[in-house]
Amino acid sequence: MEQFIFWAFAAMLVFSACMVITVRNPVHAVLFLVVAFVASSGLWLLLEAEFLAIALVLVYVGAVMVLFLFVVMMLDINIARLREGFIRYLPVGAAFAVATVVAMGLVVGSKNFGLERYAAPARKAAGYDNTAELGTLLYTRFLYPFEIAGLVLLVAIIAAIALAMRDTRQVKNPKPERQVEVRREERVRIVKMPAERRT
Amino acid sequence: MIPLSNYLVLGAALFCLSVAGIFINRKNVIVLLMCIELMLLAVNMNFIAFSHYLGDLTGQVFVFFILTVAAAESAIGLAILVVVFRNRRTINVVDLNAMKG
Repeated sequence: MEQFIFWAFAAMLVFSACMVITVRNPVHAVLFLVVAFVASSGLWLLLEAEFLAIALVLVYVGAVMVLFLFVVMMLDINIARLREGFIRYLPVGAAFAVATVVAMGLVVGSKNFGLERYAAPARKAAGYDNTAELGTLLYTRFLYPFEIAGLVLLVAIIAAIALAMRDTRQVKNPKPERQVEVRREERVRIVKMPAERRT
Repeated sequence: MIPLSNYLVLGAALFCLSVAGIFINRKNVIVLLMCIELMLLAVNMNFIAFSHYLGDLTGQVFVFFILTVAAAESAIGLAILVVVFRNRRTINVVDLNAMKG
């Protein structure tokens, strides 16, 4: 059963990653990336990282991917021009990917990291709370990094708003200092003309 | 019983797929950003697998921080992308040559 779940989610993950990098429409690429995140969240559940699995779905699928979708749909991009060179670089990319995955597989394969070297740990008891454990660690040993992470997010918020805010002068405000220094000659012109006679 | 190597090979495959995606989609900044997200996901997969098999929660704390930084990175990246598109009407990497780099 565990094997089946692992292979199902792994196949889903690899398939959706392939689709992310090859699909034509960027909107579809974002949606496949969502599928990839959901699949890896399932794998993390299998690894008993419950809090991070839920956080991945909530934060990534719920916020970051929606942000991606907004931007992709907002920009009116010419897909055909962006696809230039796709076929030309496909052999290079594929060859590089295959070579690297073979090299990495030789290192991290079952010879070095198999079950006999790293036995699978026993399942945690039913009352085990991953969120509480992680929270205890975050608020004691990693308190300062945690605060710095919050600061990073604050800087990101301010930077994103400052970058994307459009500086249009749509709002019309009266300027009091200009109003009080107005003189009569600038606004009113007195015209001398003879009186008209009624016909 | 799933060996640790399965997770590591899966992470390696994910990482290589995203590197290949950077190779073949080198004109489209949005897909480049998505490939970076995939890379970070592969790294997180390794961290969590090791955290589980070594019985140490520190790996999960690091994944937490990586998620934070990745969210900040993608927010700022997309903001820069929106500004670039507003000024240049394109996100093609070839057309973004104002710095003659």
